[in-house]
Amino acid sequence: MISDDSDAKSDWKKAIRDGLAAAGPICLGYIAIGLAFGVIAHKTGFSPCEIGLMSLIVYAGSSQFIAAAMFGADAGFFPIVLTTFSINLRHLLMSSSLSRYVRNLTVGRLSLFAYGVTDESFAVNMSRFQGGKWGWRQALIVNHSTNLTWIVSTVAGGIGGQFIPKGAFGLDYALMAMFICLLVFQFRRIEQILVSLISGVLAVIFCLIIPGNSYILIAAVISASIGLLLRKRTRRRCEIGGNP
Amino acid sequence: MKGAVIPVIIGMGIVTYIPRWLPLFLLTRHPLPPWLIDWLDFIPAAILSALILPAIVTGGEPRHLEWAKPDLWVAFPTLIIALITKSLAGTVVTGMALYWLAVHVYG
Repeated sequence: MISDDSDAKSDWKKAIRDGLAAAGPICLGYIAIGLAFGVIAHKTGFSPCEIGLMSLIVYAGSSQFIAAAMFGADAGFFPIVLTTFSINLRHLLMSSSLSRYVRNLTVGRLSLFAYGVTDESFAVNMSRFQGGKWGWRQALIVNHSTNLTWIVSTVAGGIGGQFIPKGAFGLDYALMAMFICLLVFQFRRIEQILVSLISGVLAVIFCLIIPGNSYILIAAVISASIGLLLRKRTRRRCEIGGNP
Repeated sequence: MKGAVIPVIIGMGIVTYIPRWLPLFLLTRHPLPPWLIDWLDFIPAAILSALILPAIVTGGEPRHLEWAKPDLWVAFPTLIIALITKSLAGTVVTGMALYWLAVHVYG
């Protein structure tokens, strides 16, 4: 029992170190976007306390921006909640993808982890999980340290964000640069490069013709399915349909 | 807008949490079929690309193609740095510096 405890303690120590290091780039980006959200939400009429509550309970950047705008336009409960749902539906795919790496967790830990799944934490955790040497503790630290950064930045933006110069230090580009690098990490096989090309082009087309951001989900589902077909053709596995 | 903020925030929180939680809850309890594992293997690349490309080549409201954004032109050197260095921190810091330069040169 005692050795178990000290094992868990040193596991956590290492996880906190690794997790915080991995979360760094995300935090930079969240500070920039969080401050911007705080300023806008404050202008719409949210108190710093309400801003913090929204960041804590919803924790999803783009939907918070849109919700603030809809609040400003006096949209009702259902329009705002439905819009939020459709914007954040894409996390369905990310959680599905992550589920391969966080098996054997208690429901409590899984639920705590699920809360922090965002575009950014998904991208970082996924590339770390694929490289091995990454555990649920590290992933949990990434999710929650970035969440804390988001909450603090949005509240700070609501209190005094208008005093921060726009575009300071190129912070606005932190997340884009991170996504680009994490995409490069995904280029493990030619299939992945093909899939990302198809997905990118589809996403641009759908983004121009469909309002909202469902284009992300649609482009990803179609291109991953094309990738699956490509892989099946090249492998020519002779599997019999149905359960093993 | 005063009055009904808290219920809306709670509603938003619930509909945001469910898609995050449900796959993790369901898919970790049963073994996944091989085709689903293969399919999910493509999701990170597909999602990242779908997040990046529209953000750098489109803009405005309603959205239209926009080729003159610094976001796009900075993406090329950032991509090259990522390919060469394979360093996340290095790429992020260089990308930020290039973007800062691009925005200030643009004026």
